[in-house]
Amino acid sequence: MSQRITPAPVRKSVRVQVSQSRAFEVFTARFGAWWPKSHHIAAAEMKDAIIEPRKDGRWYEKGVDGSECVWGQVLVWEPPARIVLSWRLNSKFQLDDEMESEVEVRFIPDDDGTTRVELEHRITAVDAEAIVAQVSAPGGWGSLLELYVTLTETA
Amino acid sequence: MTYIAAFPALADPMRQRIFERLRHGPCAVGELAKGLPVSRPAVSQHLKVLKEAGLVDDTADGTRRIYHIDPKGLASLRRWLDQFWNEALEAFRAETEKHD
Repeated sequence: MSQRITPAPVRKSVRVQVSQSRAFEVFTARFGAWWPKSHHIAAAEMKDAIIEPRKDGRWYEKGVDGSECVWGQVLVWEPPARIVLSWRLNSKFQLDDEMESEVEVRFIPDDDGTTRVELEHRITAVDAEAIVAQVSAPGGWGSLLELYVTLTETA
Repeated sequence: MTYIAAFPALADPMRQRIFERLRHGPCAVGELAKGLPVSRPAVSQHLKVLKEAGLVDDTADGTRRIYHIDPKGLASLRRWLDQFWNEALEAFRAETEKHD
């Protein structure tokens, strides 16, 4: 049993002046070219970022020192229409096994040759028991599990 | 690691009581203060510490602030991602306009 706390997803969209297939290609094959380099997860400065073009592929960053840091997995690979990536990201922009998030990107072609790109980032904190398991609860701090059980109702 | 070691903000007994109260549901500062033997400004101060620790977050309801539990800093993560994706998608859009 694990508890989940799920806030409303982050939804964004942008219109690009290229075809659906080109938009998909730039998003995935040229991922490292547009991803803000300021937002790297590994300790090393980011040299490149890569989405492997297949289901169960990895998406990861390459550091200037040659290191690799895997952000998550390609859950859905449906060129040129849709991609879903998993990302264990926490609020400190670190990888965190107690977090789960999914980034879904849809590429929707329009009649005028442009493409609407819709992004939905769903975030969930999971497995509060992992925190509870680390607890050697001092007196008076029992019922931690109960405390977390109620989180799904209150958050 | 104890729970309190994980969340030092909860070392204070009054903050524990406030956190316990919030786990039963979102609550405004005034309502929280009514059930506790401390002043409303003191409750606000405790809430500020809990918020900085990422344990609670608040939302506006008219002139009131409603507090709720947020143990993994999800609200701040969500706010941050909301900004981040604006930036990232703009960079993506710019990339689609490059000719190579």
